[in-house]
Amino acid sequence: MTLEWIGDALLLLVVLPVVVYLLRGVLTAANCIVPSVQQIAAAATAGSKDLDATALLLTTQDQVQKTIEVAADYGGSLDVILDDAR
Amino acid sequence: MPAAGVVMIIAVVLIVLALVFYLVSTIVALQRITKGLDEAITGVVGIIEKSAPVDEVVTSINTNLDAGVDLLEGLLVKKAGLSDAVGLVAGLYPGAAGDGFRNFPESKETKAPRISEVYTKGTLTLARLGREAPIAAASPNGPALRNPSYGSTAARGLYPEIRQTRPAAMPRSPIIGTDSPVQYEPSDSPGVRKRMPVPVGAASTSQPEETEGGVVKSGLAFLRRLKSDD
Repeated sequence: MTLEWIGDALLLLVVLPVVVYLLRGVLTAANCIVPSVQQIAAAATAGSKDLDATALLLTTQDQVQKTIEVAADYGGSLDVILDDAR
Repeated sequence: MPAAGVVMIIAVVLIVLALVFYLVSTIVALQRITKGLDEAITGVVGIIEKSAPVDEVVTSINTNLDAGVDLLEGLLVKKAGLSDAVGLVAGLYPGAAGDGFRNFPESKETKAPRISEVYTKGTLTLARLGREAPIAAASPNGPALRNPSYGSTAARGLYPEIRQTRPAAMPRSPIIGTDSPVQYEPSDSPGVRKRMPVPVGAASTSQPEETEGGVVKSGLAFLRRLKSDD
């Protein structure tokens, strides 16, 4: 009979607090991860939206190519018109 | 049932309840984490897809720009000479001449001449018209003269000509042609006219002046007045 009371006491005073302590730690850690993951998701979404302008790089590429072509034509004409330096 | 057994059952039930509560809460938290990670993965995939062609495009742009730099540097050095080219760059972009030209390593050691001593003020003014950087010697810190909206008006303001003040009336430009009110005729020699032009409707002087001994009478009268003054 005494051993049963000792077992009850162990369950209530040792096992239950240990179980509660461990599970509460796991839950706290999991809850701490949630806002970090949400911030990462928001940052990734914003970063993806910022990169929407990368399509304009194709236009920039064409414009740079045309500009260099015009500069080359103009430079060729200047090369003919202007005398070289001594 | 003995009291100790009842207490044990109650203890086990409490432990199971604690397990259920905390494990369910943990599951809910993990589900929220999974949802957030899914959103993050979607965003990261978007970043990867959108940035995939950037390397190729930027490389192409850099290649074209490199060719442009080579072209312009070569043309500038070829036409202006290395020393003046360095001076021109130093005048347009103060301090930039120290970096030198990419294709002309010796330009780093080239001493940039004072641009105002190499080029005339007019050249500098023209340079100021085309550049944002003011380099004119008179006002090195002044604003650029070019007005992007009214470029021709701004350029016209450089000339000291009264027409730019938009006066109410200006002498009309001469009319040329066979029907012009003032007729000219070829001179015997450059700078010497046979007679001064007379507008249409004025007394005609196309008739030869009367002469006296081969000398035009008006000229004789002038000589007589000069003699009497003496």
